[in-house]
Amino acid sequence: MHWSRKLINRLLRYAIVVSTLLMLWKSLVLATNCSRPILVVLSSDGYSFYNLGDLFFVTNYPADPIRTGDVVVFRIEGRFIPIVHRVIRVHEREDGYVKFLTKGDGSQVDDRGLYPVGQLWLEREQIVGKVKGYLPYLGLFVILLSNLPLVDRLLSGVLA
Amino acid sequence: MHSFLSRLNTLFAFTISVLAALTLGVFISTYFEQYHGTVSISANKPIVKHMTDFSANRKKNDLGVLQLDMDMNLNPLFDWNVKQLFLYLTAEYVTPSNSLNQVVLWDKIIQRGENAQLNMRDVATKYYFWDDGDHLRSNNVTLTLAWNIISNAGRLLHVRADGSSSFIFPDEYVTSRGKNSGRE
Repeated sequence: MHWSRKLINRLLRYAIVVSTLLMLWKSLVLATNCSRPILVVLSSDGYSFYNLGDLFFVTNYPADPIRTGDVVVFRIEGRFIPIVHRVIRVHEREDGYVKFLTKGDGSQVDDRGLYPVGQLWLEREQIVGKVKGYLPYLGLFVILLSNLPLVDRLLSGVLA
Repeated sequence: MHSFLSRLNTLFAFTISVLAALTLGVFISTYFEQYHGTVSISANKPIVKHMTDFSANRKKNDLGVLQLDMDMNLNPLFDWNVKQLFLYLTAEYVTPSNSLNQVVLWDKIIQRGENAQLNMRDVATKYYFWDDGDHLRSNNVTLTLAWNIISNAGRLLHVRADGSSSFIFPDEYVTSRGKNSGRE
């Protein structure tokens, strides 16, 4: 075979692998209605039930309301990495406006110190989703990979 | 042919496959488990104060103070896919401004192997019972215990215990500092 055909053949193989993975990920995003359906724990306070490298499966269905005791993934202004904590207060008005307060299982105080100054409550838009499933250790591979230079750029956009 | 690295690779791949199969087995074998349980809860000496919440907006809000009695035996909930139980007691009530209010008053982590039989008398709430406003007086509050089953691998289930209890706060604030029984 001509060398250029070989090269094209090889490139196409890589392209298929990459696009298959991307399609799987995007299908998962659609199926869970969540922008980050799988999360890797990058740091743990040591008191919570999860450890470094555990995987969370997250959904974000509007018909599935968030109540106290739910473990939610939320994102706050100025922090790139989302936080996974438990909801300890819910106040819902007649018109559907809901506000939440969260707290880490291991910490003594609620998360108001983590929220931006002046913010007392989480709102629905800040919540990425609700943790529904849990798989230990598997994310360690991702963390190991992401410690290699360059790979980290490729992965962080999708998983972190 | 069979270099050290290729042997290592095969061994590693085999270990991972076995672990994955076992994990899947553990997950499937407990998939239909309901994790139901019954508890008895009662609230003692509920009072309402009207105070400034310095942790929040510094406005005056209603603060409920009560003591809890709880009895439960949750040892049967532990099967081989339960790593930890997270118990939480939610106070649920309705106010003129909010169609739903949920406040967690108490929680507890029970690890596998720890005693899951609890008999508590006159225990103060672990967290402050602040209302989102001032509507606790004469309000009917329902206390429900629930647990989050934290599995070794699998779902993160939330189960409400059978046996919730309701009480009504008094219709007047407690003002004097001396005679109240709250924790301060």
